Amino acid sequence: MNAVVRSSALEPTNPVAFERDLPVISNEPVNGEYRLMILSAPVELLEQCHAGQFFHLLCPQIGGETPYLRRPMSIYGFYPEKGELHFLYKVTGEGTRALSHLKTGDTLNVLGPLGRGFTIEDDWDHLVLVARGVGLATLAPLALEAKRLGRKLTAICSARSADVLMSVEYFEALGARVITVTDTDGTSSIENLEAVIEQLVALDGVDAFYTCGSNRILRLLQKIGERHDIPGEIALEQQMACGLGMCHCCVRPFRKDGGQVNLRVCREGPVFDMQEAMPW
Amino acid sequence: MVDLGVDVGSLKLKNPIMPASGTFSEELADVFDLDLIGAHVTKTITRGLRDGNPTPRVCEVSGSMLNSIGIPSKGVGYFIEKVVPFYQQYKTPLVVSISGNTADEFATLCSEVTVEGVDAIEVNISCPNIEEDGKAFAIRPSSTYDVMCKLRQATHLPLWAKLTPNTGETPEVARAAEEGGADALVVANTILAMAIDIRTRKPKLGNLMGGLSGPSLKPIALRMAYQCARATNIPVIGCGGISNAEDVLEFLIAGATAVQVGTATFIDPAIMPKIVTDLEALLASGGYSSVRDVIGSVIDEEQDPGVVFMEAAP
Repeated sequence: MNAVVRSSALEPTNPVAFERDLPVISNEPVNGEYRLMILSAPVELLEQCHAGQFFHLLCPQIGGETPYLRRPMSIYGFYPEKGELHFLYKVTGEGTRALSHLKTGDTLNVLGPLGRGFTIEDDWDHLVLVARGVGLATLAPLALEAKRLGRKLTAICSARSADVLMSVEYFEALGARVITVTDTDGTSSIENLEAVIEQLVALDGVDAFYTCGSNRILRLLQKIGERHDIPGEIALEQQMACGLGMCHCCVRPFRKDGGQVNLRVCREGPVFDMQEAMPW
Repeated sequence: MVDLGVDVGSLKLKNPIMPASGTFSEELADVFDLDLIGAHVTKTITRGLRDGNPTPRVCEVSGSMLNSIGIPSKGVGYFIEKVVPFYQQYKTPLVVSISGNTADEFATLCSEVTVEGVDAIEVNISCPNIEEDGKAFAIRPSSTYDVMCKLRQATHLPLWAKLTPNTGETPEVARAAEEGGADALVVANTILAMAIDIRTRKPKLGNLMGGLSGPSLKPIALRMAYQCARATNIPVIGCGGISNAEDVLEFLIAGATAVQVGTATFIDPAIMPKIVTDLEALLASGGYSSVRDVIGSVIDEEQDPGVVFMEAAP
């Protein structure tokens, strides 16, 4: 029996999450470690997207890979005007290896957009994002949103060496100021990062911090944020099963109301208040 | 048109497809119209607040998954104030899954959730019983019978006993549940399993061990559903690895009256309404006018009962 039911026929009248087979426009390496996958997506799906949200990808069973559960992946870019959804990923396991086999014209089943994205309050004029490595992929659409809203953005990009610095051109093209720090030239130490950020706070004023991926950067931004009463948000990861909030697999602990609570990364997150987040 | 309606005891379902506890919640309303399925089954709740187990709570094993979530619960108060009213906007029956550490605590909760808007109670007797060294109630016929008797006295609602595959006495446990007052059996839950990361040599789950679910559980659950249908006179609801309409038909033929779909929803969140549509088409192509006609239609009359109820592999 091959009666394929289009899920759109079963959807509630105003779906907030879509399950769709999206055609692959391209899926190419961008440097030694990362690949950029561009999918063709309908405008009604792209208009639901916000920076910081993710899609739950049904990685294909091809190339000898047999991933089973869906894999969550943060949105790298979404462009309703050209009908494109972008993901930047590093091949690390079975799911991403399977993704790397996708070719132009293949389709990928996606579920999303899911979760709660970044907040940009109306009176936040200078946004500062600090991230390392592939974490920058999660913060990239924030630069897009800042540009759309006409806010000033400074991106502090940390990496092992200059040749793997992700997204520098991307951020610069969006009018962001980019500060790069690397392990090879010794500028990525927490001490130097603290000095760089303190200088930004002193000279330009900072309205909000955004980060993801690094425990050391989280601790640093919590300290600086507390010192100057600057709010911040962090995007977090956790192993997921359903991606919708049903299974409670993806919880992490947070400080709330003087105690500690478990929140679901897929539903209450993946973006959380930076001061409530707990280093791991 | 095929009539997909089934009766689980006194409870009439418009079709035999419902979610397995723990793989369904209000959030799924974001994806499909929840009135398309036969029943709603909540995630297991406990009386008090529970945080659940350490992470990672899930990992993948070839074509299936392991989980050890540990029944995080917001407690019975939240459930009655928030969860029950949410489901009352639907016409579909609501089945509440509950669990307790002791038979008395279990029975108290059973009585507390016997409220307007709840149509049946699924009692997760596969959970550890702290009075029996942490062994699940449904591992032994005696502890199954004792807890079911107490639960029976605590509610007038239909009681569905959820059995565990972690027993060597499936037919005996099924009969004990029936004698203790169960109106139906949910067969089965996840089976205890483990996975280790060979590079770090650490177990892949924070709780070290967890429950296996997904397609690799299906033959075990099917065997148990068959045994339970043969051993008792109450409806059996099949559960374990069901991913498509063919899997549903297999359980119905084995003797299940309805089925629960669990892990498959994590792969395709709209799988349940798709299965309803596909099941109707599958039955129509087989010339059936009612799903009831296939229930228990397995051709096994030549076999000795000793074979049917065997506990060791032949």
